[in-house]
Amino acid sequence: MLKVNIRKQLEQFELNADFELDQEILALIGSSGSGKTTLLNCIAGIVQPDHGEISLNGQAFYQKGQKPLKIQKRKVGYLFQDYALFPHFTAEKNILFSLGRNADLSHVNELTRLLGIQKLLGKYPHQISGGEKQRVALARALAAKPDILLLDEPFSALDDATRSRCHDELLRIHELWKIPVILVTHRIADAEELAHRIVRIEKGVMSEQESKQASLL
Amino acid sequence: MPDDLSPFVLSLKVASISTFFVFIFSLLLARFMARKNFVGRSFVEAFILLPLVLPPTVIGFGLIYLFGINGPLGSLLEEWFGIRIVFTWVGAVIASFVVSLPLMYQSTLAAFEKVDPRWENVARTMGISEWRIFRTITFPLAWPGIFAGLILSFARGIGEFGATLMIAGYIPGQTETVPLAIYFAYEAGQMEKAAFWVVTISALGLAVMSWLNYWRKKNEVRLGRE
Repeated sequence: MLKVNIRKQLEQFELNADFELDQEILALIGSSGSGKTTLLNCIAGIVQPDHGEISLNGQAFYQKGQKPLKIQKRKVGYLFQDYALFPHFTAEKNILFSLGRNADLSHVNELTRLLGIQKLLGKYPHQISGGEKQRVALARALAAKPDILLLDEPFSALDDATRSRCHDELLRIHELWKIPVILVTHRIADAEELAHRIVRIEKGVMSEQESKQASLL
Repeated sequence: MPDDLSPFVLSLKVASISTFFVFIFSLLLARFMARKNFVGRSFVEAFILLPLVLPPTVIGFGLIYLFGINGPLGSLLEEWFGIRIVFTWVGAVIASFVVSLPLMYQSTLAAFEKVDPRWENVARTMGISEWRIFRTITFPLAWPGIFAGLILSFARGIGEFGATLMIAGYIPGQTETVPLAIYFAYEAGQMEKAAFWVVTISALGLAVMSWLNYWRKKNEVRLGRE
């Protein structure tokens, strides 16, 4: 279980986040600059909060007054906005980068099959489309078997058909892997379709929607 | 064509050795500066870049002061290791190092700052160590800029004249680099010899810069798009 109770002063406002998340998909919605990505960065360890604590399955990621757990040790799968694929690696090398030479690749083979990217493995990021990049980035985020998956606007650059296919793939993977997933999106439709819980964040203040339908109002 | 081609060989030797040390030093320095913000950073950077704006004679004077037989570093080197810097080719290497360091430093710093920090962060979330991130992500992606700096530093090393003349002097066969050979051939009225070295060094410079431009464009296409 992920437990987050933090405060972080940003330029315009203070980010206040207090929530717990089981093996569910939580959608974080809100306008640009409302603190969504900062919250993901705090969980991943890229940014440190000012106060509070973050823990996953009992392991403290951050606790005020103590040394934060290194990013490398958090076992976080993070799909960045625009994917941030390594431009000098092929799709295959992007995916396998975190795995040792003798690592068991059966789950990676399963992932590539599930995401339909076997034919892309030899290609470089600049040779594939936005939807294909998204799937490669998702495979990369999952290859190291993370304990939590953070997705920052993963569907923003996709057309409707590709977005719908990617939704299905994400739901299928979550069904198989059963890990907490935080999905940042500004599209309410994405949140409605994918998430078990939807949280709105505006100027750093979080408010959980009572039901999925409420977010449409 | 002159009988003695040793100025060309010495110039290549001096520029190669100086570029090697400039490369290592700039890499460490630029990596540090790209990540750290500290009080006095502007002053440190200004000091590194100073040789760009100083007359070569000032650099030469400073080097003679430091590395001269009675200088603070020169006397120590002579006493501890029996190494003499002034009027040797090692002096030419040091002069070349000082004048080319700002070029290499600027190129390397710009190259590191151009690498999107998201790539390093995503690698960290994948559990990759800082050293491996540098070796496999940061350095390869910064390489086009670093390589351009290397070529410019090498070219600057080949062309160094003023500071070299002051610290290494003109000793034919020992400290006679191509720029010195051109100057002293001209002074002695040996216009054919001077012209030969002028044409040689100009052709080399033109070839290197043309190839560098071609190589950089090719790599920017490969690395510039995600």
